[in-house]
Amino acid sequence: MTTTPATTPSLTAPAATPGLSFGQAVRLIAEREILTRLRSRAFQVSTGIMLLAALAGVIAAGTLGGRTSTTSVAVVGDVAAVQQASGLAVRHVGSVAEATALVRAGTVDAAVVADRSSPAGIRIIADESSPDALVAALSVKPQVTLLDPPTIPPGLRYAAAFGFALIFLMSSATFGGTIAQSVVEEKQTRIVEILISAISTRTLLTGKILGNSLLAFAQVVVTGAFAVIGLSVTGESATLSLLGAPIAWFVIFFVIGFVLLASMFAAAASLVSRQEDIQATVTPVTMLVMIPYFLVIFFHDNSLVLTIMSYVPFSAAVGMPLRIFLSEAAWWEPLLSLLILLAGTVGVIVAAAKIYGNALLRTGAKISVREALRSSGVD
Amino acid sequence: MLEITKINRSFGARQVLTDVSFDVPGGRITGFVGRNGAGKTTTMRIVLGVLTADSGEVRLDGALLTPADRRRFGYMPEERGLYPKMPVAEQLVYLARLHGLSQRAARHNTSDLLAKLELSDRAGDKVETLSLGNQQRAQIAAALVHDPQALILDEPFSGLDPLAVDVVLAVLRERAAAGVPVLFSSHQLDIVEQLCDDLVIIAGGTIRAAGPRDELRDRYAGTTYQATFGTDAGWLRDQPGITVRDFDGPNVIFDAGSPEAAQSVLAAAVARGPVLSFSPRRPRLAEIFKEVIQ
Repeated sequence: MTTTPATTPSLTAPAATPGLSFGQAVRLIAEREILTRLRSRAFQVSTGIMLLAALAGVIAAGTLGGRTSTTSVAVVGDVAAVQQASGLAVRHVGSVAEATALVRAGTVDAAVVADRSSPAGIRIIADESSPDALVAALSVKPQVTLLDPPTIPPGLRYAAAFGFALIFLMSSATFGGTIAQSVVEEKQTRIVEILISAISTRTLLTGKILGNSLLAFAQVVVTGAFAVIGLSVTGESATLSLLGAPIAWFVIFFVIGFVLLASMFAAAASLVSRQEDIQATVTPVTMLVMIPYFLVIFFHDNSLVLTIMSYVPFSAAVGMPLRIFLSEAAWWEPLLSLLILLAGTVGVIVAAAKIYGNALLRTGAKISVREALRSSGVD
Repeated sequence: MLEITKINRSFGARQVLTDVSFDVPGGRITGFVGRNGAGKTTTMRIVLGVLTADSGEVRLDGALLTPADRRRFGYMPEERGLYPKMPVAEQLVYLARLHGLSQRAARHNTSDLLAKLELSDRAGDKVETLSLGNQQRAQIAAALVHDPQALILDEPFSGLDPLAVDVVLAVLRERAAAGVPVLFSSHQLDIVEQLCDDLVIIAGGTIRAAGPRDELRDRYAGTTYQATFGTDAGWLRDQPGITVRDFDGPNVIFDAGSPEAAQSVLAAAVARGPVLSFSPRRPRLAEIFKEVIQ
């Protein structure tokens, strides 16, 4: 790049006017956004919380994910099946009555006694509910060929649904809020007028969205990596193999879905002129982020709701990876949903750029969306 | 030279600029005066491309302004603003780079300008921690940091303490001397009068007067004269057709009604004794302003 003589500006030296391409300008803006965010205490704290949440999620998946804990049993006589079964804490007792008493007292989870009349040759005595884990452990299992891929333990299913939804909600709300604030800050301090005398509103919007998206993306990737490392360290490699593909899809959907939401946050924020008014203007967008979260919590086992969610742009980032995880989605479904998401994102960006450009110089009362789409300028 | 030609602009049904035309010559400082709402800020925003005109054009050295030209403009908006939480120097470097400077040139200009504006010791401080006067200086620096090829300053002196006015003035003069067109608006007519080479007066969205300051003052001189005689000038009050405006011993300001009548007064005065000075009285800017905005 040309070096401009610093102190003596000259009209006769147009060669000293270095150009600035759209890409370079966007990069400069994105860099500033990222640097500002990295320095902010709020960002550091929210990143810490995300990582802790990921870790908690991994631990939850481990405990809820069907890792059989030891079942204590009282055994009467010599029961061969008990010796072969794993995960049992065996306590030999003398009589059925003694075993029953131990079960009643809660000292053991169940009792196993020999029983000639039973086809299995043994009988299980339990207190209130049938001890499924024990029954399974003592059963002779026929070889199973699954036509549908493996069923996911309900605990893990819930943990995964909750994890995707929580990460999506947290990043979108955090970074969406950050973008909204930074748009209004520029508008409120009026530096925006200096900025757009140098670069176009499109450049400014692109740089802001790109910078914040990159950060959000990095945060999610780090969180994802945390979860993956956590899973392999805790020996949950089975869970990891189940979650690997959905996590990858989640990241892809997240990147595009986030750009969509970021554009909406920026456009909404450009309608107001003071930090105090941000909350009111971004509430509808925040709702769009919250809805998939609650839908997933309440309907994570309802495949119709999940199917719809996986195609609606605002919730696809949560719905589709979850369906892939549950093996409910055909191979083409994520691709179709991704196309819909892309189209929706492009449409939203075009509208958002228009709103943003028209509303940026208008200060005072909140501007309506329709007004911002229609007319430009200041009054 | 910056040429503004037949700019029109309306907001909804309200026409705010009508056929606005004037020049901002390079190497000179042009003052843009008008009351609040006269159209100064709108005109400046259109020159900068922040707003678009409904019709009309802006040219620099004969060629229509392009976004690349405008990027090389320096702008100080009426409503000041910098990032409050960003350090002064870092912010100036950022703005210079957005205007197309290399990192090195941006750094160089920043430290140079901060030194000139006596802000060097605050370079690493956040803008929000500066005093209002220093924030204003930082704002001026933001308009100058990229070696602009034209300067558009909206009310650059409002809020400045007298010392800062001098500092800023010196910097602006330096830029003008380097050949840069400088346009600034102000409602402080005395500052404009003392600082500007050229004047543009706007009212109700139309240009009422434009041109070099001294030419304008001559043009609006009318038939008012000021004279200093060797003796008491009291006799002038008895002259038919002459209205004495101000009178203090040998000094007198009077309205002659016509140049011929003024010549008769001069002849009469010479007949009475020595005449130390006799000239049309150039009106002050405030007087011209009152006259043309009606």
